[in-house]
Amino acid sequence: MNDLTRQSAAVLADAIASKEVTAVEVAQAHLDRIAAVDGKVHAFLHVTTDSALEQARAVDAKVAAGTPLGALAGVPLGLKDVLAMKGEPTTAGSRILEGWRPPYDSTVVARLRAADIVILGKTNMDEFAMGSSTEHSAYGPTHNPWDLDRIPGGSGGGSAAALAAFEAPLAIGTDTGGSIRQPASVTGTVGVKPTYGGVSRYGQIALASSLDQPGPCARSVLDTALLHAAIAGHDPRDSTSINAAVPDVVAAAKKADVRGMRIGVVTELMGEGYQSGVSQRYSESLDILRELGAEIVEVSCPHFEYALGAYYLILPSEASSNLARFDGMRYGLRAGDDGKNSVEQVMAITREAGFGPEVKRRIMLGTYALSSGYYDAYYGQAQKVRTLITRDFNAAFEKADVLVSPTAPTTAFKLGEKLDDPLAMYLNDVATIPVNLAGIGAMSLPIGLAPEDGLPVGMQIMAPAMADDRLYLAGGALEAALIDKWGHLLIEEAPSL
Amino acid sequence: MSTQNMTNGEVDVYLDYDEAISGYDPVIGLETHVELGTKSKMWCGCSTNFGADSNTQVCPVCLGLPGSMPVVNRAAVESTIRIGLALNCTIADWCRFARKNYFYPDMPKDYQISQYDEPLCFDGYLDVTVETPDGPQVVRVEIERVHMEEDTGKLTHAGGATGRIHGADYSLVDYNRAGIPLIEIVTKPVTGTGRLAPEVARAYVTELRNVIIALGVSDARMEEGSMRCDVNLSIAKPGAEWGTRSETKNVNSLRSVERAVRSEIERQASVLNNGGRIIQETRHFHEDTGRSTSGRSKEQAEDYRYFPEPDLVPVAPSREWVEELRATMPEMPAVKRARLQAEWNINEFELQSLANAGAIELVEATIAAGVDSAAARKWWTGELLRVANDTGVELESLSVTPDDIKQVEALIAAGSLNDKLARQVFDGLINGEGTVDEVVTKRGLAVVSDDGALLAAIDEALAAAPDVAEKIKSGKIQAAGAIVGAVMKTTRGQADAAKVRTLLLERLGVSE
Repeated sequence: MNDLTRQSAAVLADAIASKEVTAVEVAQAHLDRIAAVDGKVHAFLHVTTDSALEQARAVDAKVAAGTPLGALAGVPLGLKDVLAMKGEPTTAGSRILEGWRPPYDSTVVARLRAADIVILGKTNMDEFAMGSSTEHSAYGPTHNPWDLDRIPGGSGGGSAAALAAFEAPLAIGTDTGGSIRQPASVTGTVGVKPTYGGVSRYGQIALASSLDQPGPCARSVLDTALLHAAIAGHDPRDSTSINAAVPDVVAAAKKADVRGMRIGVVTELMGEGYQSGVSQRYSESLDILRELGAEIVEVSCPHFEYALGAYYLILPSEASSNLARFDGMRYGLRAGDDGKNSVEQVMAITREAGFGPEVKRRIMLGTYALSSGYYDAYYGQAQKVRTLITRDFNAAFEKADVLVSPTAPTTAFKLGEKLDDPLAMYLNDVATIPVNLAGIGAMSLPIGLAPEDGLPVGMQIMAPAMADDRLYLAGGALEAALIDKWGHLLIEEAPSL
Repeated sequence: MSTQNMTNGEVDVYLDYDEAISGYDPVIGLETHVELGTKSKMWCGCSTNFGADSNTQVCPVCLGLPGSMPVVNRAAVESTIRIGLALNCTIADWCRFARKNYFYPDMPKDYQISQYDEPLCFDGYLDVTVETPDGPQVVRVEIERVHMEEDTGKLTHAGGATGRIHGADYSLVDYNRAGIPLIEIVTKPVTGTGRLAPEVARAYVTELRNVIIALGVSDARMEEGSMRCDVNLSIAKPGAEWGTRSETKNVNSLRSVERAVRSEIERQASVLNNGGRIIQETRHFHEDTGRSTSGRSKEQAEDYRYFPEPDLVPVAPSREWVEELRATMPEMPAVKRARLQAEWNINEFELQSLANAGAIELVEATIAAGVDSAAARKWWTGELLRVANDTGVELESLSVTPDDIKQVEALIAAGSLNDKLARQVFDGLINGEGTVDEVVTKRGLAVVSDDGALLAAIDEALAAAPDVAEKIKSGKIQAAGAIVGAVMKTTRGQADAAKVRTLLLERLGVSE
């Protein structure tokens, strides 16, 4: 088999199961690729070489013994560093967790292990998933494989870049306001934020509990579906996880059919503020979907204009509480413990030293928003906006089976370009945030390169809660049509590094 | 009055209670925390057993490790609903947990999961009875809310002289207690109790504890901290607006509840009478002095930044479930007390003595075994309670069963034991000498019923005290007691005193 790092997860799983290649060969090829290119990309914070090869050997032993294999046996994966993995460093991109090794596996990791997926390492991210560029990682930024001077998106830039750099065929992301979808969009890869509660959050270091959702990332719609199926489903350890059957996303990805499907174009998420090449590719994709037999309708979601404002009250509020536990008392960094400082002083010095500027900014915002006397005006009001946005979606889904928009207003911007302008950075998530506020599922998939900069553009597909299969039905159909047009996946056009 | 510090509201000399209460009306509020006796913790499966080695009953969830998430313990919700029903509360059909945010090392997440504006149970009451010079008076204490939360870890401060954080070299944290289900029961302000406020407070906490124990949801031991009470108190001139309240913590016994209220009324009246003002603060009660000292000031209210806990779904107990639980409620202590008073024909005071001795269930079981109620009460609150008190154990831990008492009573009825010998039987049982029959046999305990033997002993006693014999013969029958006593002594108690007396009088030819 030619270059193992350029194969899809589906192909690799078949090849390993049929003994065409060994899982160790596949793992080693990816570890070699990481060694060769990650110096430039910096997708990984920590490569778990030993445990990856050990897992791969276990898969090969199962293949040899004829033991039943997990769904994606032997396929390598990059794990966002926000998910606890027993015994391996888990930092969430922060200094404050430097050196911490969790004594337990997150549910996502437990399910990856059950699927016999080989975890290659922990991928880079904005500190505590706060950011849209991975520049807020305490361990240095990740570079976009399409142009190393550009951002790979965020917060899950490491996972997306690992896919685009062919360091791994699968990756796990987490999406609080677009952290799976926007990186997918700017790296020419696929990412899905499942319905809230579709994938267990147990073991995901929380940013904003009511918005966070782990999800699958890959280079194709089918691979994404296969990973989605492996990690989804009810978890008694997460009381917000949905206790119902997971929609058959793999069958939907294979069916890949939009005939008769009503696709709603959200008028508030297009036009002004969107880069011309983004709008152009988006409009072409709508034409393709129409040609494929979908009915394109316009829908209006009038309250989306308040989504960003509500999000930046709810997220910091929950984050300020979720991040309180990083106080230097039990794990991670402890600073200022000189025997003279009080407990409160050690906590303050530790947090001052351990958190980056964006984290501090959001903790302060959230602390303020939750304060007595301000709660109703800020957090309370934001929750009302959230309800209105959910109603907008409900109304739109009366008219359409799925909704679409560009995933991000622009292609990948330059590293450093928006670092000093938080508001400009926040605006990057304007199209992805409503989905998290409503708790529904959404996908980003590549729809071409913007003519003006030759960088990937992504389309967002949104489906009602518990109907994640529709994302794959529509995404799969569009992807197939684009492959017909281009002769290959868009990612094949990425520079070889 | 002597020196005083107006800024912290302390006085050196307190008014006595009568003087203090004469000018003011007190308002009290009681917040009671009860650790539930569930097998596992509030959010995880860790054991709640008391006394395990430090930090051995912990997991990622109760240690608040990054990524861990809580899941509500259904048994704890059930216990809370049962408490709510017992306190005549409305049970919410939908409520949420909330995060109470503050930094402290005993709290692994630096927030406590509690309930804020949506408690599980609310608007109830508990009737309590207090003794007044005019007889018993029933006071209805209204319940504001009963809500669920989690306990914190336990801090130990080492190296200092006092064991307090101030002056300690370092502190240790034991998270075994972190995450143990805790419920908080908050009263509405209790007004109009006047000088009875201390007694009402004590009666309320006592009755609340009775209810909790009857429900079997907690052992409610105040000394071990599984039940803790905070006393809120303010005073004001009659008819005036309520005064500023203080909150007294560290009130660790029922007696202390009463003492803390009394002491705080005395303190506040003393401060006010001296032109001082009461500041809103937390105070710590000291068992040894019966007084409290100032803790942290609450003038600048701490901002806990409450918001709904996003990691937990709302608790929505179905009406069917609530009714199911209501149907399984045990007899409430007040109802039971009324019933027992009637059945046993005793007054409230006698019943209270039984309750204080922890003897009610034992007496009930003994009566159920077939013993007459007076006899059952006599043994448990007499001889057996004395032994229990002398040896410092609970009545129920003595190795005497209701059935043992039934056997002893049967032997007494048959005339083969008397009360004095019966006490020896119990002594043998407690010493582990075997069954009732075995103790009787081994110790040779049997009433001497052979007339011949008794007459011999009577003759011996009369011979030893001829002057007494003459007195009796001359009609001073009350002198017979001395001879009977001597006979009982020589027979080592194994005689029926009444019978000895009869035989003695016959012997001397005297009739009563």
